[in-house]
This record gives sequence, C-alpha cells and structure tokens, in this order.
Amino acid sequence: MVTRLDAKMFDSEAENTWCPGCGDFAILRSLKMALTDLDIAPHEALVVSGIGCGSKLPDYMHVNGYMTMHGRPLPVATGAKLANPDLQVIVVDGDGDAYGIGGNHFLHSCRRNPNITHIVEDNQIYGLTKGQYSPTSDLGFVTTTSPDGAIERSLLPVAVAIAAGATFIARTFAGDPRHMAAVIAEAIKHQGYSLVDVLQPCVTFNRVNTYDWYRQRVYKLEDDYDPTDLDAARARAYEWADRIPLGVIYRNDEVQTYEEQVLPLKAGSPLASTLKLQAEPAPGQYEPLKEQFL
Amino acid sequence: MIVEMAPQSTNDLSIMIGGDAGQGVESSGAGFALALARAGLHVFALQDYRSRIRGGHNFYQVRVGERPLYSHRDPVELLLALTPQSIPLHLHNMQEGAAVIFPQKWEDVDVSHLTKHGLKVDRLPLMEIAERHGSRLMLNTAVLAAASALTGFPLKYMEQVIRENFGRKSEELADTNAAVAQEAYDVTLDHFGDSFPHRIKPIEGAPKRMLMHGNEAIAFGALAGGCRFISAYPMTPATSIIEWLSAVPDDYGMVTKHAEDEIAAVCMALGASYTGARAMTATSGGGFSLMVEAMGLSGMTEVPLVIVEAQRGGPSTGLPTRTEQSDLLFMVHASQGEFPRIITAPGTIEQCFEAGWRAFNLADKYQCPVVVATDQALAANLRSLDMDTVDPEAVEIDRGATLTPDDVDTLSEEYRRFRFSDDGISPRAMPGRETAVLTVPSDEHDEHGHINEEPEVRIRMMQKRMQKLKTAEAEIKPPLLYGPEDADLTLVTWGSTTGNCLDAADEINAAGGSANVLQFIDIWPMPVDPVRHALDRCRRKVAVEQNYTGQLALLIRMTTGVAMDDVLTKYDGRPFSPREIIEGVGMEVASGNKA
Ligand SMILES: Cc1ncc(C[n+]2csc(CCOP(=O)(O)OP(=O)(O)O)c2C)c(N)n1
Ligand code: SF4
Ligand SMILES: [Mg+2]
Repeated sequence: MVTRLDAKMFDSEAENTWCPGCGDFAILRSLKMALTDLDIAPHEALVVSGIGCGSKLPDYMHVNGYMTMHGRPLPVATGAKLANPDLQVIVVDGDGDAYGIGGNHFLHSCRRNPNITHIVEDNQIYGLTKGQYSPTSDLGFVTTTSPDGAIERSLLPVAVAIAAGATFIARTFAGDPRHMAAVIAEAIKHQGYSLVDVLQPCVTFNRVNTYDWYRQRVYKLEDDYDPTDLDAARARAYEWADRIPLGVIYRNDEVQTYEEQVLPLKAGSPLASTLKLQAEPAPGQYEPLKEQFL
Repeated sequence: MIVEMAPQSTNDLSIMIGGDAGQGVESSGAGFALALARAGLHVFALQDYRSRIRGGHNFYQVRVGERPLYSHRDPVELLLALTPQSIPLHLHNMQEGAAVIFPQKWEDVDVSHLTKHGLKVDRLPLMEIAERHGSRLMLNTAVLAAASALTGFPLKYMEQVIRENFGRKSEELADTNAAVAQEAYDVTLDHFGDSFPHRIKPIEGAPKRMLMHGNEAIAFGALAGGCRFISAYPMTPATSIIEWLSAVPDDYGMVTKHAEDEIAAVCMALGASYTGARAMTATSGGGFSLMVEAMGLSGMTEVPLVIVEAQRGGPSTGLPTRTEQSDLLFMVHASQGEFPRIITAPGTIEQCFEAGWRAFNLADKYQCPVVVATDQALAANLRSLDMDTVDPEAVEIDRGATLTPDDVDTLSEEYRRFRFSDDGISPRAMPGRETAVLTVPSDEHDEHGHINEEPEVRIRMMQKRMQKLKTAEAEIKPPLLYGPEDADLTLVTWGSTTGNCLDAADEINAAGGSANVLQFIDIWPMPVDPVRHALDRCRRKVAVEQNYTGQLALLIRMTTGVAMDDVLTKYDGRPFSPREIIEGVGMEVASGNKA
C-alpha cells in the first residue's frame, strides 16, 4: 500500500531509557510500521499509556500522547474517544497496568466495546519497579515479592477477554516484529475494542520467559483457523504452558461500537459542541429546559 | 386537628410530612412545595430520609413565605402524618397550637396526650375516603387536600399537581386521586371552616417561579457553560447531577457516561478534556477519595478538570443520605505532591448555577483541577427561584489560553505544550493538527512534554505550575458579607450553612440584635488579603460549620493567622435550623419567636 507517510515521521527526540534487548523496542517499531501502513499520521492518533517500562512508549514516539497513571489508560482513552471520535486512539500499557491494578477497566472495556486498540506489553513481570511477579507470571515464578515462587495461578488474558465480551482478541510476540505489525494493524482496523497481548521479553528482570522460552512455545494459528468461531477461540484461549498460539484468536465484527450507540453523539462530538459554543454560546437553546422546574 | 390559636399568620408557616419509606413522602412533599410555588409563594423544602428503599421513617419539611427562604424552620405549625409513628417522633418539633392531620382510623393515637402538648387534635375520615375510592395508598392525596382545606389554600393548586403526578401513570388514576382530594378537602372544610390560624393565600400576579435544588442548578450551569461530557459513578448525594444531564434531550449533544467506578469516571473526564472538550465528573467524599490520584494527574499534565464534590456525613459510608461539610481540608490537600487547584463552594442555589459554568472557565484558564464543593443539604433541598436566577444569557464562556485547531494552524513557531511563561500559563492546543502534536506525561517533563528529571527543569516547571495559582488570585472571589457592616456578631460560614446563617441573622436583627454573615465562596486559593480585611472589621466572629473540627476556621487560621472567637459545629447529619444557630451562639430566643 502506498501511503503519505514514512515511519520516520514518528521518531521522537526523547532519550530512550529501555534496556538493550528489551522487547519494547520491537513493539515501538511495529506500532510505527502499522500506523504508517494504515496511513495514520502522528497528529491523527492518540497513544495513551499507563505507568511502567512499556508505558514510556508515547515519549519515544512523535504522536499525540497521554502518559497517565498506573492502570488507568483505558478510561482516559475511552473519554478521549467519546469526546473526539476522529482520533485514532491506542492504549499501550503493561501487564501490571492492564491485568492488575487496572483490571476493572480491562473487564469493562471488553464488554463496552469502545473503538480503541489496546496493546499490552506483557512481560509477565513488573519491570519498572525492578522485578516483582505480575498477574500473568506463571505459578512458581520466583521474584522479590514471591521468594518461594508465585502461588497464585496466572491470569489468561485471552480467556478473560472472551468471557468479558471483547470483540477482537489477538496475541503476538515481540520476537517477530512483522507478525506484530500485521496484528496491530488488524487490531487498529477493527471497529471496536481490540486487545493485542504482546509477549514481550524483559531481558533484565525476567530470566525465565526469555526470547528462547517463547520461541520454543509459540506457533502461528493455522491458515484455516476461523477466529469468528467462539468455541475454537475458547479452546485456544486456554493454551499456554507448552504451546502458545499467535494471531487473531477471536473476532466478532457484528457488535456495534460503544460510540455508535451513544445517541447524543449524533448531534456532534463533545469537542465539536464545545468549540461551537465557544464561538457562539447560543443561550436561547436552554430556555425550554426551565419548563421542567415550573 | 386543632382549633385554637396562638399566633396567627398568613403565608408564614412550616409543614412537616412524615411517613415510611415507600409511602410517597417525597413525592407528596415535593408536590406540596410545587403547588405553593405555583401559587406565587416562596418555599424551602427539606428532605430527610434514610439510606434504605422501604421502611424506616422519613420526613419532608416545607416552609412557606413571601420572601426568598434559605432554610427550614423549626418548630412546625402543621404535621401531616402518613403513619402513626410520625406523631410521637415529631411531637417535640411542633409549635404551640400546631395541627396534626391523620386518619381517624388510627385508634391508637392518644388524642389527650397530644392535647396536653398544646395541640388540639380531631379525627378525620381520610383513610376511609382513600379506601372507598380503591386504595389506602391514596392516603397521601387525602392528607394533602386536607392540609389545603385547613390552611385555606385553594384546592386547585394541589389538584393540578396531583393530576400531573398520577396522570403520568394513567388518566384513570389521576381522576380517582382528584376525587379523593375533593372529598377530603370538603370533609376538612366542613369540620374546621377557617379556624386554623395559619393561612396560605396565593399571591395573584406573582412572577413564575422555579423549584430547583443545588445539583440541578450546577448541572444546568455546566450545560449552559458548554460542558458536553460527564462521566460519573452513582453516589448520594451527587447522583442527580449525571441523572439530570442524562435526561437532557439528545440534540444538545450532552454525552454522559456511567463509568465502572470513580477512578474510571474521573479518568474519562480527563481524557475528554485532553481533547479540548469541556468535561466534568461528580461524586461524594467516598468517590472523591478514589479520584484523588487523578486530580494530581490533572495538576501535573495541566489538563482542566471539573469535579463536583457533594459532601455527606463521613467517615467511610457514614451517613449516606445526610449532610456534612467535613471534606474541606481533604479537598484542599488531596493527592500527593504540590500543584495548583481551585476550590469553590457555592452556598445558595443561585451560586450553584454560577459555579456550574464558572468552574469550567477557571479550569480552562488555569489548566488545573477545580472542585465545586457542595453538601447534601445544598445538593438536594428545593427552593423557589425567580426565573432569571438561571440566566443562560449571563453565562460567559472563557477558555483562556486554549488554542482551537484554527489557532494552532497559524502558530508562527514550533509548538511547546508546557512553554515557560510569566503567568505560568502555557497555551493549550487540542490534538488533531500537524502543527501541534502533543504529549502530556504524568512524569515531570520539559517544555515539549518529554520526561525530564533535571533539577533546573524541575524547578522551573514547579514554579511555572504554582505561578498559575498566583495568577488566578485576581479573580478569586473574596468572602461575601450579608447584613449590617458593623454588626456585633459575624457568622462566618460556607456552603449550605450560609442559608441557615442568613435566616438566623435575620431573626436576630428582627429581634433587635445585630448580626451579619460572612460567606466564603472561593476557598482555595484562600484570598488572604481580602479575608484579613473582612475579618478585621468583625467584632465577634463565630464560624458556623457542619463538621466536628471547624475546618473552615482551621483553614482561615492556617492561611491568614486570624482565629475565630468561637466555632459552632454540628455533625449529626441534619442541617442547622436558624434556632439552633441563634442558641448556639448564645443569643436569647424570645419565647414564641419562631426562630
Ligand atoms: C498507584 C501506583 N502504584 C504503584 C506504582 C508503582 N509502579 C510503577 S510501574 C509498576 C508496575 C509496572 O509493571 P507493568 O505494568 O507490568 O509494566 P512494565 O514495567 O513491566 O512494562 C508499579 C507497581 C505506581 N506508579 N502507581
Ligand atoms: S526492565 Fe525489562 S521491561 Fe523494563 S526496559 Fe528493561 S528489559 Fe524492558
Ligand atoms: Mg510488565
């Protein structure tokens, strides 16, 4: 596809602080590639992040960005999308953000179906706080806060997302940037909430789930796999320990987005209304609303 | 029912309606208030209910007058009892010679006991009338009509309200209730004629008046101020703000979002505001506790945020349906670190409307969180208001240094979101144009919005942000003084308590005393010089607050060094009555004076 854009347009002058070899570099590259391929320019997108290593991504990219709080990018993004549906809104956060502290927002975003893309940099560890176990850490995983090995079973994000009603669920791997870019592009194109769980090696604090560990287990979904088949998706959602499927595991294009169903939006977005009123307050329009108090 | 007569009055009485939750106490009370307002009278209506849907005693108190009223008044002249328990419960709060309306069916009511209390009581077949027309549920209709007859208030006002209320369900129900009302009215009139000394007389040709509470006024103000986004999570007493805005017709483009929790609610508002829309959230103390971290995010990223905090009795779940003003210091200090914030505390419904739109101007101009602090009494109690109290023409939309997409297109130099400036304000662009791509981080950052922890950058950014508070001071409202300037007593107050203090001061002055009221509206940043100046002129300053520790008094002392002479506090969840204030400040209340 020929586009107006060049991935370099997304380069930022900010100093990058990720560890050499960190999977986040590839995620950053793939996101730039996907946006370039989809012809979405830096000013047309908004990347909202949480707090963590991966959540620094908007700083390392020339794009509209809101780096928020630990676990909170989904509601910030939801509000932004509702207020200005023209923005291409993408959330990038960590497994701690998305599945731990922000778990409630994850659940409700799945069932709400706002037209935003959610990329989770899932390194199965808390990177920025230097190595504690996360909701996706495997049973027995030893960290500073689980010195005897994690005794909570790990969360299966794909299974949870299916159960919660997500309309697009994919997994990809930071060791395969091309696959990642393609999956992210698919997710962005999807109308509705799209989850992309990215297996992202943390080379500094996760010495178990390394590039090799993932490579030994991941496989791409077969060409004849049908992601609209809910039962098939459910079966793949539980595959983890030995074989880990990559690709679009589930999609349902029949569900309307949240924004499409908000009736007041048909009168114009909150941003458009605010701008219009800023130019022309039109006080007369409120007089009829006084009747109810008489 | 009574026949005797202590003081006589016209258009100056308090009526109490008591009953069980689920008996229609609220709809009856609000209906009575509406009928009175339509008859050209001023009303103040207070609702007292428990946090439960069925059972438990509730009451509604309606005060009538010919001038604007700012508080309820105890004791009452008329009790309408929908359950027998109402009578003993409110006996202590009845004026000498007051009337009690209740159905004669209640054999257990000890009439002689009531008579001993100075109440002359008679029995009326109200329940029989309701039952004869089909249901004892219509008792409240019968009771309202009886009250009309007793006070000489023409039935047509009450009948219209009754018809409207029931007409929503069915025409037939409206007709039956109207018939019950007529019969109850006639029976009562036959019995008592015009013997009841407290009369209600419609004021012919009076201007139309609205009946509104503080939450509606704030919501209306916000809408008129260009707010088109609210995300909130239901919490009494703030819920009616998102409910009212959700009922605004769709063609206004008012987007409302009931979020999954208050953290999401405040974050959605921030996301919407980041794009350039005017956005808000509303909650009570418990929800505000959850919003605290995001308030700091607004401060750090300089994204405007309007939060309404309608306080209720705390701590924890506390007194969920009752009033308190105990979150003031919390609002002033909420969230880690230091950043500018503005706290404005309307005290009247008129001020609620203004706060509703002005909060957005403040938030846009100073790019910081603005808290509109109210309390349950202000949020939920109804008052009659002149039509122009809510004047959309008077609303100004001032977005300060907010750059529209068109402004951004004409920028002559590279856009820097957090550009240093003398007044601390950096023009804020909306995302969406090539010339102003902007990233806002919760980490400390440089002018471009890149994360930066260098000491020089940190120091300048802190100074830039905090400077905004200094800049804002120019438009911070000084405290408002009501009443004679050189009074012997100044009631220093804020929020809904202002209304109670105004009525108390009126009573004191009417009885030959000398009192005024100093109301704090903009509480943070504290307008230090005007406050010192105002307090310097006071003789005896008594802070009147609905909390335990006297938080406004503490804050005044902290910021100005000026101490109050006394602090009068109340923390039982019930608003001060003027009488309690007068007694609380140690003034004599002449007996028979209905303070
Ligand atoms: C409310 C809150 N609690 C805790 C923290 C500290 N904290 C920062 S990042 C982080 C976890 C990061 O893990 P993850 O989300 O997986 O991101 P990663 O660093 O692995 O990319 C925590 C606990 C915080 N910033 N805010
Ligand atoms: S700590 Fe881990 S996740 Fe963080 S930058 Fe280093 S490698 Fe990446
Ligand atoms: Mg992580």
